[in-house]
Amino acid sequence: MPDSEPTLKVEKLHTSFFTKAGIVKAVNDVSFSVKRGEILGLVGESGSGKSITAFSILNLIDPPGRITSGKILFNGRDLVGSSEKEMQQLRGNKIAMIFQDPMMTLNPVLRIDTQMIETIQAHEKVSHRVAYERARDGLGRVGISSPEERLKAYPHQFSGGMRQRVAIAISFLLKPDLVLADEPTTALDVTIQGQILYEVQKLCRETGTAMVWITHDLAVVGGLADRVCVMYAGRIVEEGGVDEVIDTPMHPYTHGLIGSVPSQNRRGQVLYQIPGMTPSLLSLPKGCTFRPRCTQKTEQCLEVPQTLRTSSGRMMSCYNPFNQGL
Amino acid sequence: MTVFIVRRLMQSVLVVLVVSMILFAGIFAIGNPVDILLPPDATQEDREEAIQALGLDKPLLIQYGLFLANAVRGDLGTSFVHNVPSMQLILHRMNATLELALLALIFAVFIGIPLGMLSGAHPNTLLDRTLMTGSIFGFSIPNFWQGLMLIMVFSVFLRWLPSTGRGETGTILGIETSLATWDGIQHMIMPALNLSLYKISMVMRLTRASMRETLPMDFVKFARAKGLTGRRIIFVHVLKNIMLPIITVIGMELGSLIAFGVVTETIFAWPGMGKLLIDSINVLDRPVIVAWLMIVVLLFISINLLVDIIYSVLDPRIRLSDVKS
Repeated sequence: MPDSEPTLKVEKLHTSFFTKAGIVKAVNDVSFSVKRGEILGLVGESGSGKSITAFSILNLIDPPGRITSGKILFNGRDLVGSSEKEMQQLRGNKIAMIFQDPMMTLNPVLRIDTQMIETIQAHEKVSHRVAYERARDGLGRVGISSPEERLKAYPHQFSGGMRQRVAIAISFLLKPDLVLADEPTTALDVTIQGQILYEVQKLCRETGTAMVWITHDLAVVGGLADRVCVMYAGRIVEEGGVDEVIDTPMHPYTHGLIGSVPSQNRRGQVLYQIPGMTPSLLSLPKGCTFRPRCTQKTEQCLEVPQTLRTSSGRMMSCYNPFNQGL
Repeated sequence: MTVFIVRRLMQSVLVVLVVSMILFAGIFAIGNPVDILLPPDATQEDREEAIQALGLDKPLLIQYGLFLANAVRGDLGTSFVHNVPSMQLILHRMNATLELALLALIFAVFIGIPLGMLSGAHPNTLLDRTLMTGSIFGFSIPNFWQGLMLIMVFSVFLRWLPSTGRGETGTILGIETSLATWDGIQHMIMPALNLSLYKISMVMRLTRASMRETLPMDFVKFARAKGLTGRRIIFVHVLKNIMLPIITVIGMELGSLIAFGVVTETIFAWPGMGKLLIDSINVLDRPVIVAWLMIVVLLFISINLLVDIIYSVLDPRIRLSDVKS
């Protein structure tokens, strides 16, 4: 990492929701960084704080939630505490986001061209004509045929995969430095998923955009990301190069997660599952939050484990990791 | 679209026909107008003569047939009391009612929607709670009492506004209206306000609810993530989405504003068609009652058609051919 300044560097980020039932620590001491042109996979179950991390970066956390501490360094500038106006200039322009459900992200009553052109014109003073042409080219780049015609259409005239392509086209319209993708292929067919992954990978390579790809699907991360962070109950429990983490997981949670993926070699056997359930963020267990479900737990685990860095550039926080020899 | 409108018009004819049948039968059952029209000391010959002159001696079905035949030619009968065509009588009064309803509608839209949006954008603040509590008053205060209070405050105590009548009228585009003169507008403010307070409250609550429903949606968050200004998100992305339910309700309410402004018209002595209906019912002026109700039915049908057309303009997902008519 020391070779260049990372595009995004998140340091000890805490985001909490102050609800009537108590304080929900959705993001708890999260640190990671993404370089130019790099794709970082952020993996975890539902409710592990992946999406909240992304929304925190855009400063789009709605009350009762807020970022309580930490730094979000974007091209060296701390975004925590930036004014709404400064953030607005960055959103969609330097930092873009792709949402999970393409059926819901486009405004149903506005035409595609309106929704694309307004994005350009929100950030650059260009004529309608120029913005229109850029929108058209943007659609073409994500593999939509006859973009001229499709621009005149409304979202309901597109399929889910096509809508997600439109959303991706919007995200890449202003050549952002960073794209946050929040499970963009989860709601799509596997075949469409493959196409979308291909388009995104291509766009990132072409433009040098850094990307945080949030997903719960390890198979997607394996094929797409350069590095991966595994999140559990608001914390990052393991981080490393994507191949190393998948081949030799160290944290018991990652180990369980990979073990849960159905595969050819174990056909006919009972599928593995991690025992227990994700803890409620309102009442996290003491010490290591994975302790109640962990097969490796010891007395020591009642203390929060420190983040350990291995010689091979991997990080994880566990007292009794698997594959310790690495 | 054309197919839709044609089909809709054909259905409307059927509706009008059915309504006219029910009306005719119903009004026949209410009582004998001759008893009310003639003085108590009228002779038997006078009665026979009146019954014959009014065509009441014929069987009900024949009377209905004659009515239909005339109605097709645009003649909805002649008033028993005033001895002028009932259409003429109603249309003359309709201007006054329409302008009042229009102003009340404008109040409802231009006060109700902005306040509702304000409320929905800042939920659970002092402003929101004040507006919502206010709207409960708007809902629940009886219309007649509210009218009397308005008169008491603005005419009696403050002497700002005239209490009764239509004031001086002028003509705009050949239509006689109070909106053309300052005096007329002054006369209109209170009745229109009285008529619209309920509608303002309703539109306000509806707008607020729609805002609360739409704001957390993904497309709003996506619009924010695109870096759009708050103003553009609210006035383009959100407003266009919440207009649909609001238009529906406003359409329905416009009909009732026109047809049922009777209380307000009575209190403010507004010479509108609501008052005409009450007067006609009192003297059992059958042709006027029937004509009045037929016109109101036509009004409702046209407003509904208009609302459906506006729908398809507002929401591209609605195709008129799919709308259940």
